[in-house]
Amino acid sequence: MPAISRDEVAHLARLARLAVTEDELDLFAGQLDVILGAVARVGEVAADDIPPTSHAVPLSNVFRPDELRPGLNQEQALAGAPAVEEGRFRVPRILDEEPLAGSGISGEEA
Amino acid sequence: MTDLTRLTAAELAAGIHSREVSAVEVAQAHLDRIAEVDGDAGRGVHAFLHVAADAALASAALVDEAIGAGSAPASPLAGVPLALKDVFTTIDMPTTAGSKILEGWRPPYDATVTARLRAAGITILGKTNMDEFAMGSSTEHSAYGVTRNPWDGTRVPGGSGGGSASALAAFEAPLSVGTDTGGSIRQPAAFTGTVGVKPTYGGVSRYGLIACASSLDQGGPCARTVLDAALLHEVLAGYDPLDSTSIDAAVPAVVEAARAGASGDLAGLKVGVVRELGGEGYQPGVRASFDAALQLLEKLGAEIVEVSCPHFEYGLAAYYLILPSEVSSNLARFDAMRYGLRVQVADTGSAEEVMAATREAGFGAEVKRRIMLGTYALSSGYYDAYYGQAQKVRTLISRDFAAAFERADVLVSPTAPTTAFPIGDKVDDPLAMYLNDLATIPTNLAGTAAMSVPSGLARDQHGGVELPVGLQIMAPALGEAVMYRVGAAFEAVRDAEQDGPLIRRVREWS
Amino acid sequence: MTLANSPTLVDYDEVVERFDPMLGLEVHVELNTRTKMFCGCPTAFGAEPNTQVCPTCLGLPGSLPVVNRVAVESAMRIGLALNCSIAPWGRFARKNYFYPDMPKNFQTSQYDEPIAVNGWLDVALDDGEIVRVEIERAHMEEDTGKSLHVGGQTGRIHGADYSLLDYNRAGVPLIEIVTKMIPGTGARAPEVARAYVTTLRELVKALGVSDVRMDQGSMRCDVNLSLSPRDSGTLGTRTETKNVNSLRSVERAVRFEMTRQAGVLDAGDPIVQETRHFEEQSGTTRAGRRKETSEDYRYFPEPDLVPIAPPVEWVEELRGTLPEPPRERRKRIQADWSLSDEELRDLVNADALDLVAATVAAGAPSQEARSWWVSYLSQQANSQGVTLDELAITPEQLARVIELVAGGELNNKLARQVVDGVLAGEGSPDDVVAGRGLAVVSDDGPLIAAVDEALAAQPEVADKIRSGKIAAAGAIVGAVMKATRGQADAQRVRELVLQRCSG
Repeated sequence: MPAISRDEVAHLARLARLAVTEDELDLFAGQLDVILGAVARVGEVAADDIPPTSHAVPLSNVFRPDELRPGLNQEQALAGAPAVEEGRFRVPRILDEEPLAGSGISGEEA
Repeated sequence: MTDLTRLTAAELAAGIHSREVSAVEVAQAHLDRIAEVDGDAGRGVHAFLHVAADAALASAALVDEAIGAGSAPASPLAGVPLALKDVFTTIDMPTTAGSKILEGWRPPYDATVTARLRAAGITILGKTNMDEFAMGSSTEHSAYGVTRNPWDGTRVPGGSGGGSASALAAFEAPLSVGTDTGGSIRQPAAFTGTVGVKPTYGGVSRYGLIACASSLDQGGPCARTVLDAALLHEVLAGYDPLDSTSIDAAVPAVVEAARAGASGDLAGLKVGVVRELGGEGYQPGVRASFDAALQLLEKLGAEIVEVSCPHFEYGLAAYYLILPSEVSSNLARFDAMRYGLRVQVADTGSAEEVMAATREAGFGAEVKRRIMLGTYALSSGYYDAYYGQAQKVRTLISRDFAAAFERADVLVSPTAPTTAFPIGDKVDDPLAMYLNDLATIPTNLAGTAAMSVPSGLARDQHGGVELPVGLQIMAPALGEAVMYRVGAAFEAVRDAEQDGPLIRRVREWS
Repeated sequence: MTLANSPTLVDYDEVVERFDPMLGLEVHVELNTRTKMFCGCPTAFGAEPNTQVCPTCLGLPGSLPVVNRVAVESAMRIGLALNCSIAPWGRFARKNYFYPDMPKNFQTSQYDEPIAVNGWLDVALDDGEIVRVEIERAHMEEDTGKSLHVGGQTGRIHGADYSLLDYNRAGVPLIEIVTKMIPGTGARAPEVARAYVTTLRELVKALGVSDVRMDQGSMRCDVNLSLSPRDSGTLGTRTETKNVNSLRSVERAVRFEMTRQAGVLDAGDPIVQETRHFEEQSGTTRAGRRKETSEDYRYFPEPDLVPIAPPVEWVEELRGTLPEPPRERRKRIQADWSLSDEELRDLVNADALDLVAATVAAGAPSQEARSWWVSYLSQQANSQGVTLDELAITPEQLARVIELVAGGELNNKLARQVVDGVLAGEGSPDDVVAGRGLAVVSDDGPLIAAVDEALAAQPEVADKIRSGKIAAAGAIVGAVMKATRGQADAQRVRELVLQRCSG
């Protein structure tokens, strides 16, 4: 029984915003299954009393003073943009509503 | 007349600073060499994705001008040419990270590494080829074609930094900069008979380094000699307030250590051989070269001890969970909204559709594979079993290192299990490709330092020419000085025993 | 009016008779730090689009975040003021989700390891009853950019042809303050919700860490609400209503959701766990668009940032900078100024407490200060369509006006003209007095002449006054004030009238 189904791969592709082809679904489903089978062995050794490591070097409390630092001007900011209008990045119409809680008045009317 | 491209960085710097040769002449000689051998993806070494001839000559002219005016050189490497991996942002050159999704992108800012190179007066010749977003061990995953191994044009140069390594081995540059996430500096160094160093995590700023896996990525020096690597190391390393994970401490004195190593012995030093790295799965020629290296280290007076790092065997599995997880998040920003490629979807395509179509078209197969793997590993329901467990393995590997460094000053292993493999050999078998990183990955997971130094040549089962083998020297975090000392001592004794530097045996490119 | 998404609303009184509401509030506060959460870009509101950006807040490849120390201090001070414990160790996490206003397509947030946990805030209702609201956590995160939806019929996100993005706001530090579910509020749930947000706003303002401007989005509120049948002991399914952006809306949103949910339950339908949007115009809520795929934010520790482990000394130092808690401050002010409960409430509701306190601090008596802010200045603010603290007059300027009145240099009518002048940008109160020539006529000479003239003009009134009908003096005073175009001190005129008519 494979660790991952073709449907799951399709779901992952949607989550990751990848418009994968049908052929790729088959290919990736097979490959991911093999890879997951191999990496699952991390479960063999790590016991409950082992703390996880998220950062290789044990630093903490690294801060920056609340001081202005020169950034980009509008022209520089927009220089690489595929499309620009009125000093803003022009993007295709957005279907989903604001996903984040509290993002509040972001959807303004034009 | 001496061929300037055959000199080391230290030799070139001495010549430029004493005005025996100009930085412009040195730059021109390397640009000529690039024009001669680099070619394009179909022919030639193809180490470079972009050559900045005018900027390089202008930068070199400034160095000559300053020296002519009697100023002290901006750094010990002022005027020396260098090839920069195309993963560091450069304000005056395109930066692609080997991906189609960033084709033609001109960053509005310089990476800290780029800025340090400029401040040091180093001549940046151009940007080097790499596996897309540093994911790969062969440069076959570059969107811009494979880089060839100068030792044998049918072989890969390793990866992801194959461009930076091949540029050195083909004498297109005496120095280059790479990044090492799981071996991307060290394995190409081993495959091309050059020196590559992965510094302690936090030693070299990551600001402006296009992230592959943030908790593993580390920029570092590549060169043809240990001393050259040390000279470049001191330019690259140092605290950067723009990188929260940058270490605010003095840079280890690696140049001094390299000089001491080259002229001294290793008496009193303990070298640990990691039992778990070097046995099964390692090519016989690689094992033989490693055994010979151990004899040389003993000859230098080092005491060889065996150490065990029992959790290293889980490193590969942990790495291929942590890396894709971070990749899936780091690469989310490539969405066609603000920069880079945008694929149109009819006239009325929504932002969501344009994002998905662009990412599908702009990313290569290996990148997509890892994005999906990471998306899976971080999903609710799987997080604990995969990502969570992988982070625990990371702890265990750090503990293995700590215990081993109790018993030895440095640890050694072959850098890679094989010599350079033929182009196309593993590109369709991701798992076989991943095995390349077996010996290099533990260092990235623990954030410690390691380097690869040429140890000899070996012939693999495919026959053909003899290919380079690398010796990996691993040190504790911020233990670069002892690592460079061992590396330089080994290099000196190896060169003396074997009639000069290994790199001299690379065939002339044609 | 019929509502497509809520066919029947139940009468509010009936709702609270039959259901228990369970209330929870999530408030986002935008900090007023000079720079953003993770980069050195300015945070000022209203700049030209994409002029307050850098590689980091634009999410450019290679860029990295570094935490703003003052933002962390502000977060800890908010936590401490809410009686929370400060976490001894915590990391930022990445919340992964694709959306064009998020430059990195993940939000950096302390979501699962908040800097402050388990606190409370005492909230006074209109009748003085105190409700203790338990605080679950306060955590740091970053704001998103702003999108402008262009084309289509409504100009809203639905039906738009395309969108324009401005990332000036992206990366501005946010503190999210989340309450535990507040049980037992019954009929007063809407009032509790408003009082909580009001008090929290007062507290954050007193801390000086945010502008707390709900109209500009520097304070935003999401309302979580569920209903369960009275005394059933069960927990209902909750909805989350977003976009609740005024104190009044908080109250209305809670009230509406209660009547809507009761209607749905009465119809025998289940409450859908969903995000709803508050419509300011109609005072109703509407369902958000359903997602095709379930959300999975794939949180994991942010590898580009190191943990925050505030030493105890740092926390205690910050605790030492906390202002008086709102409830105690109100009590003290009420006693100091001898206010009735009602007067205090009016002051709070008019959002004038801080302004009056500042005016008093500048030397004015509390009664005058209060009267100015609650009546005349509130009217001016209303007619200008701005909030009280946006008026172009400072507490110090008002205190000067009050001082001029007390000194007899201005009367009340002139004082209003001076205030008008200050509001119109004519300078300080003294500038306006000089510029408009508004000084009270205090030299008795011209006044006596004017009084005599008025007495002569109205001999019958003069006789009445002389015969002891002092109330009749008002007519003469009025005439004199008219003649001097209001620049006389009415009190002095009255004295002079009585003086001229006696003896």
